[in-house]
Amino acid sequence: MSTTATHAPAHDDHHNAPTGIVRWLTTTNHKDIGTMYLLFALLMFFVGGAMALIIRLELFQPGLQYVQPEFFNQMTTMHALIMIFGAVMPAFVGLANWMIPLQIGAPDMALPRMNNFSFWILPFAFTLLLSTLFMPGGAPASGWTLYPPLVQQTGDALPFVILAIHLMGISSIMGAINVVVTIMNMRAPGMTLLKMPLFTWTWLITAYLLIAVMPVLAGAVTMLLTDQFFGTTFFHAAGGGDPVMYQHIFWFFGHPEVYIMILPAFGIISEIIPTFARKPLFGYDAMVYATASIAFLSFIVWAHHMFTVGMPLAGQLFFMFATMLIAVPTGVKVFNWTATMWRGAMSFETPMLFAIAFLFLFTIGGFSGLMLSIVPADYQYHDSYFVVAHFHYVLVPGAVFAIMAGVYYWLPKWTGHMYDETLGKIHFWLSVIGVNVTFFPQHFLGLAGMPRRIPDYATQFANFNMMSSIGAFIFGLSQLMFVYIIFKAIRGGAKATAEVWDSPKGLEWTVPSPAPHHTFDEAPQVK
Amino acid sequence: MSERHEAQTDEPPARGGNRALVGKLLLMAGGMFAFGFALVPLYDVFCEVTGFGGRTNTEAAVVIERPDESRTITVEFVATLGGFAPWDFQPAVTTMEVHPGRLYQTHYVARNRTSGQLTGHAVPSVAPGSAARHFQKTECFCFTPQAFLPDEERDMPVVFIIDPNLPRHVDRVTLSYTFFAGQTVAGLTDKNQTEKASR
Amino acid sequence: MPRSLFRRGPGAALATLATLLAPGAALANDWQLNMPVGITDISADVYRLHMTILWICVIIGVIVFSAMIYSIFRHRKSLGVEPAKFSHSTKVEIVWTVIPVFILIGMAIPATETLVRMEDTSGSDLTIKVTGYQWLWEYEYLDEDVRFFSRLHPDSDRARQLGSGIDPFSVENYLLEVDNRMVVPVDAKVRLLLTAGDVIHAWWVPDFAVKKDAIPGFINEVWFQANETGVFRGQCAELCGRDHGFMPIVVEVKSQEDYQAWLAMQRGELGDRPVASTHR
Repeated sequence: MSTTATHAPAHDDHHNAPTGIVRWLTTTNHKDIGTMYLLFALLMFFVGGAMALIIRLELFQPGLQYVQPEFFNQMTTMHALIMIFGAVMPAFVGLANWMIPLQIGAPDMALPRMNNFSFWILPFAFTLLLSTLFMPGGAPASGWTLYPPLVQQTGDALPFVILAIHLMGISSIMGAINVVVTIMNMRAPGMTLLKMPLFTWTWLITAYLLIAVMPVLAGAVTMLLTDQFFGTTFFHAAGGGDPVMYQHIFWFFGHPEVYIMILPAFGIISEIIPTFARKPLFGYDAMVYATASIAFLSFIVWAHHMFTVGMPLAGQLFFMFATMLIAVPTGVKVFNWTATMWRGAMSFETPMLFAIAFLFLFTIGGFSGLMLSIVPADYQYHDSYFVVAHFHYVLVPGAVFAIMAGVYYWLPKWTGHMYDETLGKIHFWLSVIGVNVTFFPQHFLGLAGMPRRIPDYATQFANFNMMSSIGAFIFGLSQLMFVYIIFKAIRGGAKATAEVWDSPKGLEWTVPSPAPHHTFDEAPQVK
Repeated sequence: MSERHEAQTDEPPARGGNRALVGKLLLMAGGMFAFGFALVPLYDVFCEVTGFGGRTNTEAAVVIERPDESRTITVEFVATLGGFAPWDFQPAVTTMEVHPGRLYQTHYVARNRTSGQLTGHAVPSVAPGSAARHFQKTECFCFTPQAFLPDEERDMPVVFIIDPNLPRHVDRVTLSYTFFAGQTVAGLTDKNQTEKASR
Repeated sequence: MPRSLFRRGPGAALATLATLLAPGAALANDWQLNMPVGITDISADVYRLHMTILWICVIIGVIVFSAMIYSIFRHRKSLGVEPAKFSHSTKVEIVWTVIPVFILIGMAIPATETLVRMEDTSGSDLTIKVTGYQWLWEYEYLDEDVRFFSRLHPDSDRARQLGSGIDPFSVENYLLEVDNRMVVPVDAKVRLLLTAGDVIHAWWVPDFAVKKDAIPGFINEVWFQANETGVFRGQCAELCGRDHGFMPIVVEVKSQEDYQAWLAMQRGELGDRPVASTHR
């Protein structure tokens, strides 16, 4: 990052700040920390992606060709943990670090030292998590949900996994506290809550969700730990406990977690579409209220992840109706984005392409989500590849595409250089084709009866699995382009203007590109 | 320049504001951590009230007989061993026709097939869930752990009553016991359990 | 080698696709796209529900995506259009909040009806206790003194080993065949009691629209009533450890007479075994 501040403020202190690795270890600057989060997420995206490719390689054809079933289960478990906690969440925190202060006109995050700490926990947490692959008994192989009693059969890795989850949780909670305090206390004069950009808004709500549910996950895994080593029987039927109770506690965390991974994506899309449609966001207030109601509903729908455990009829009906209700605010969002594009003057640079792909493909994931909410039909879909297709549609062309859209959108602001538009478009088309070839056939596999989390399958599932594996390799390998494009833009390229795009809205576009090390030391006045 | 902005640049007031908010948020996180644990007793209460998960009483119930001769319910008895343990465990009869509101007695037979002393604990579960809280046991071997001498076989009685308020649509109730054997209740977690069983 | 994709040529593949469009098409179909209609009244209802929701989603999708696509092609800067200025419309926003609510209510009613029927286990003709273990199933016919284990068929088991050198396509019903099938009579309401001996498993047969968790220490119940005889296959649907993918379920639905004959044979075979011993 450039350290030459164009607006050299009076108390600019970074010119005698440490350089090299010490600078990154000790930095309290929101831009440096944001960069580190983003690069860390990118690294984890490739680690988790490599695991996904091992999975798809084994599933390329029936029969076991490359890995043992135990290792396959470790891959599915680790792939999920790394993508969720190592790639998607840190990427959003990185974007929050970079953009929230710029969007609300604050000089930095409110708690800069905590910010540094919450980042530097992550490399340790993930080293710990990845090291379990080399432990006796291997990495956890019980799925990322860590359901007991199966998880209790994990080898030596269990306490390490639980410690790693605790570290990630602490990091997330500190990051979330920082976001809330920054937004509540550091807004520029005139920046009222209902003037805040939607990315900031969705992050504020996400941060509250994080603070509310990460401790619940911490509680659940702590109970696993004491069950394993200290003789408690929270989840052992033998001692009067109940393994299903773990599922309730886990999904009380897990469902809000799903929205933690998608609400900031909504925010990014709500920034990008108006810019490239050259038209204000349609229904700003409705967008904010829809986000808030989705967040609220996320607390009362958790049991739809576990309809097959044998709940009473009334319970199943309640969770079915509550889940169906989520379609309403989500629909409002999709309609509002469409209305934003309607009668705009659109251009289709890479961020907009990713945003439009998000619109289409996230909506498809939303539809399969609605189908999954119908309990009788869910009995057929549950734990089949239909579910795998559903959540990958909302997470890959949903969350991941939104992150990529955001990176392309703000990259010129961060580096001061335009990325290579041609390469960006090729990256987009390869990604969008790869994602659909990978995940669309999985709907068919699930409906035809293929369970998830299996290393080998009956021969009638061979064709669509092969297709899916080919798509996965297209998608996975095309991400190397993403890395190349990013580093190319860091190293050089056409100079970006302060506005970068065609009259975008927001305070981040009033500072020069690249954004100087210190911005908004003088708070801007928002009208 | 507004007051808010001065507060930001002049640090101290904003610091105080930050501290208060951080405190509240930490309290919220701590509260939610505690809430996760509070879910355990809450869930138990919820299960006992609703029969959720086939939860049935594990302490002797006190009941009054009010027989309802007009209704006959089939009660099924099933047995499962938790883990692979060197035990025999089965119900004496697999089904009984009963009237709600009357006490009945049956028993399960358990045998320790090892040459060592063992303790087992039976965990009851009732299906359908909506019948669980109407199925009351006044005497049951599931209330306490059962110690067995080497190669001992023993009848273990159950005295039960079905509440006349059992929902009308239920014509068949299953009482299931899963017998978790071994010296410790943590037997399930024992990584060597499969090896032990195959021995 | 990956073969089924290429083995038969595109003509054959098209023919297979065509047979798919007929409901109740052949079950083991290489290009199966949709959920089976199944052979119980409930599974047919579930299929109808699934198709109804699917079509509702498709219609909404077509409307929304058409609007987006139209907008993408017509409202672009390169056509020299001037962007409109509007940023909200309370009327429109109320409409697209309220209409989905009605659509959802329309979906919830049939779903609730079906669910209520699925949950009603009364009036059953026989009860079978199904116990999941790592990695096999045990079936116990409650009043019949019949119980047996059911595990992956040895042919599949040999072929599925890493580097076995056996082509899965050469094994009949690869991974979907067992040594001992569960047998039930046709037109009888079969009630299953599900539990497990170690970790959580789930018993899933798509043709019956039955999927329920088998949880250690707890008992779950579920039912089905097959309208046709035949062999129906499913798999464990809850991750249960190493060989989760290798504990299939095969149910053979027989006529009442054949079922009775099968029961008699099973009892005969069991004569010399200690009755109702729960150990393996």
